[in-house]
Order: sequence, then structure tokens, then C-alpha cells
Amino acid sequence: MFKPIYTRIGRLAFAFLLGLVLVAQAHAELTIEITSGADNPTQIAVAPIRLGSTADVDLSAIISEDLRRSGLFEAMPRANMLSHPATVKDVYFRDWRIIGMEYLVVGKAATQSDGRSQITFSLLEVPSERTVFTHRVQGSGNELRDVAHYISDKVFEAITGIRGAFSTRLAYVTANPEGGALVYRLMVSDSDGARERLMLKSKEPIMSPNWSPDGKELVYVSFETGRPAIFRQKLSGAKREQLTNFRGLNGAPAWSPDGKQLAIVLSKDGNPEIYLYSLLTRSFTRLTRHFSIDTEPNWTPDGDAVVFTSDRGGSPQIYKLTIATGKLQRLTFSGSYNARPRLAADGRTLVMVHRNKGVFHIASQDLVTGDLRILTSTRLDESPTVAPNGAMLLYATKAGGKGVLAAVSIDAGVKYILPSRLGDVREPAWSPFLR
Amino acid sequence: MKQSVLRTTFIISLLSLFLAACSSSPSTTSTGSNTGAVSNGDVTTGSVSGDGVNGGAIDASGDVETVFYFEFDKAILRPEALAALRIHAQRLIANPVSVRLEGHADERGTREYNMALGERRGAAVKEFLMLQGVNGSGLEVISYGEERPAAMASSESAWAQNRRVEIR
Repeated sequence: MFKPIYTRIGRLAFAFLLGLVLVAQAHAELTIEITSGADNPTQIAVAPIRLGSTADVDLSAIISEDLRRSGLFEAMPRANMLSHPATVKDVYFRDWRIIGMEYLVVGKAATQSDGRSQITFSLLEVPSERTVFTHRVQGSGNELRDVAHYISDKVFEAITGIRGAFSTRLAYVTANPEGGALVYRLMVSDSDGARERLMLKSKEPIMSPNWSPDGKELVYVSFETGRPAIFRQKLSGAKREQLTNFRGLNGAPAWSPDGKQLAIVLSKDGNPEIYLYSLLTRSFTRLTRHFSIDTEPNWTPDGDAVVFTSDRGGSPQIYKLTIATGKLQRLTFSGSYNARPRLAADGRTLVMVHRNKGVFHIASQDLVTGDLRILTSTRLDESPTVAPNGAMLLYATKAGGKGVLAAVSIDAGVKYILPSRLGDVREPAWSPFLR
Repeated sequence: MKQSVLRTTFIISLLSLFLAACSSSPSTTSTGSNTGAVSNGDVTTGSVSGDGVNGGAIDASGDVETVFYFEFDKAILRPEALAALRIHAQRLIANPVSVRLEGHADERGTREYNMALGERRGAAVKEFLMLQGVNGSGLEVISYGEERPAAMASSESAWAQNRRVEIR
């Protein structure tokens, strides 16, 4: 399932053994290599949850991998477990205490009269021998991965106090040569990269996917008409609609938090400007008026303002425009290239592409203190997207000559690369919370 | 005086570097021609498809350069581009067909900003052609940003080949 590589010195020997065990077990669909983890990850064990005979979904493996991928947990390999309890009363705390576990998750599946599985699961705190909670969740067939992510969310929130974002999705674009030509695909997957689904395939470029606030639709740019145009597409069914058809740029759509409008870029009046497009009235309102490049709008969480990239000061920098008053404020002053802003849900943490000594990294800036911090150590980094809980961000970078997605925690402590089964991957967009 | 000599030398060395890059690396060249073939296919299936004559007119000028290169983060025409652009202008005045000026950027920086940069480069070519007397209504600038590289590698020579405007 996975092959962890821990860089922390203290547990190197143990980690090496752990790596061997897991490699031996691997029959991977996705290999995630954690290149940097939290200094003191919480030790957790997720006991096997046995489903009915036909299910081939390993719930506890998915949960363990979710927690491990957050960088805040070290999940115990099953092979090292001394017992496999399914309920609280089956647990011998001694079995978990002597191997240093801080938390234990147990779960038991029962088949309902309608054939669906009902899983009763508990989180236990090992040192205090306390049951933190017991919950129930139902699902079957295709929903079993959702069940696993649901359990991960509950466990993550109970221990960290941060809402879990495992039950979310990613949208991204792939580009691969087929028959001598690049073929572009817009894909949607679960937050762990599983259950990848094709949304659009084209011989012309696809760019800039962005989620509706309810997580049920995407907007993006497609060149299928021979020019860039903005499209809207529902995840369920194949219903899609072309929204713009102007000469010049039709780009960078960003769905407003209330779902009623898009901030977009059009250059129909001569150079790139930010516009609002009302999905209700289908009307356009011009927001910026400057001869420079204005692009890459993104909304503040309250929907009162847009942040965007502009080179009006001579180099690309990030600005904030309050829509009601027209007040314009420059936000970035450090470095000669700051672009493609995204705000975390707290409205305070700005992430962006930042050039430092000629290298493009992802940086975050605290909008209250003004402190800028470079989060990534990869090169050619772009397209940062923050998880809806603000704990992690994904971005696109290059590894081995192809585009890959990489993750970094907002405090820069946890870093890993998501290797892709398809070749070149770019432009990740993390969905909002889906429930 | 000294400066202009230096500048000329610089341009010549850039040119020779570029030619060297083109000729010394067969894999890069084949990537380039593959991409070219794709783009031609796209033009025929896209909205320009009605203009069979259009494609013919450009192809007939095969002796004139149709790809023009730019410096990093710049949209200024290089002096060596001007002679070929003047010939394009004369032909477009004599035979006013519509053409696409496709602007491109290298992979560095953000994708939508590079879309804007590609458009700026296309607009620089359009402006020059209009200054020569070409009717602007037949010139459409379409930016592909960094989405359609001519060379795939992440190297200075690949980037130099990707910062371009193609007249089609």
C-alpha cells in the first residue's frame, strides 16, 4: 500500500525495518513517499476491520494511510500488532501500551437487512485506557472508501482539534503524449488519489480547474474551440456549458464563496483585466482598469474582495481589491515575483508562487503580521491549493522531468510527493468540504 | 557605438547558440516537429478551418521565418525578427487573409500569468504588423501560455525555444 521514507534521525533504524515490512506487503495503487514528517508524530494503531466476504476494501489500511499522509501520525503496521480487537471490550490495553501506542482505533462491521455494512468504530486513548468516542457509519460497495475517510475524519478531529479533510476530492489536469500529440485530461479523484475519474479529454489544452463552493461542479479553461474559453461542468452526469467566448484571454475562473458569480480574466478590452461574471444574470462587471497584466483572481472567504496578480508595480505582485468600495491594496513586498494567490479558509494565510534566487517555490504570508515563509524545497513549483481545513496544501512541481503533485503542511513540517500513474500532472485544485 | 557592437555580437551569439541547440539535438527537433504537426491539425479542426486559402498563403511563404523568439519575461521584438515580419506585412497587405498570432511562454512562473505573457508577445507582433500597414481586424492574437511547449525539457535552450510567437 505504501512505502514510507522517514528522514527523522531518531527512529531511522525502526523506520528502516518498517519500510521493509511495508514494501513486502505492497501491491500499490499509489506510492506516497514522505520526505519530511512532523517532529513528534502521534503513535496510532488502526486494528483490522473485517468486512463481509465479497468486499475487497481494506478499511483500516485506508484509514492508516490517511492519518500517516497528514504527517501528524505514525500508523502502526498490521504485522506488528499483538492482537486484532474489533470492539472496546476486546481490547487489552497492555498489548498497545508496551509497543508505545498512544491511540487505538477498533471497528466491527455488521450486515444490515438491506445488505449494506454498518461499521461501529471507537477511538481509544491507550495511556488512560479511555474510550474517546464510539460512532456508527453505513455504506456498501463503492461507498466503502467514503466510509474509511469518514472514520479518518472523525479520528483526526478528535485528536488534533482540526476538522478532517480526508472526505474531499482533488481536480487536476494531466498531459501525455499519445500518437505524437499531447492529450489533455481533466481528472477528479479522492483526496488520497484513489478513484480517479475522467471529466474531460481533449487534444487542446485544459487549464485552471476550480471548484464550486458545494463541490458539485467545476469551472475550467478549455481550448477545444481553438481559443481559450471558460466552461462549467457538473461532476455527476456529463452536463457542461461554455460560459465565455471573447477574443483574447478567457481565463482563471474562481467561483465566489456564495456560488453566484465567478471572478475571471478577459482581455477583450486590450489587456488582461479581472471581471465578475454573474451566473444568475449572465452579465459581466469589470473590476480592474490598468494597462498592466491583472490575472489569477481568488476570493477572500467572506466574498467581499478578490486577491489577484498584477505587474502594475513593475513586477508580478499580489493585490487585494475590495469589491464594494473599489479599495486596492498591495499585499506582497518581498521578492520580485509573487503570483497566483490562494487564501486559506481563515482568510489570514495567503499562499502563492514566490521566486527566490531565480527558483520558483510556494510561500505563505501571514496577512496580519506580514511574515513571508518559503514552504517548499522543490523547484519550478506552481498552482498551490489549500485543503479546506487549512492544514495542508498541494502544488504542482517537476520531478524526473515530469509534472507531479506534491504536498506540504502549512507549517512546512510535512512534505511528500504524490507520484502519478499517468505521466504529467499539473494544476491541482482541492475541493471544499463535501458534507 | 561600442554598445551596439556588443549588442550585435550578443545577438549573433544568441542566434548561433539557438541554431546549435536546434541542430545538435535530434530529440528536441523531433519533439518540435511533432508539436508543429499537432498544431496544424488543431487549426484545421478549429474555427479557422474554413480558411483553406489562409493556410496556403502562409505555406507559400515557406522561405520566411514564421516563428519569432523572445527573452525571458519580455514581450519585445528582437531586431533580427523585423526583416521577416516586414515581409509578412507586405504579403498580408497584398493578400489580406486572416492569421493567428499564437503567443507562448516558457514553463517558469504561473500558468495564467504566462497566458497573459503569451498574449503580450502576440500583441507585440500584431502591433508591428499594423504599424507596417496591415489591417488589424485580420490579425487574431491567441495565447497558449506554457501549455504548448515546442521543446519539452526544463533547460535554458528548451525555454528559449518555447518563448515564441507563431504566425499561422
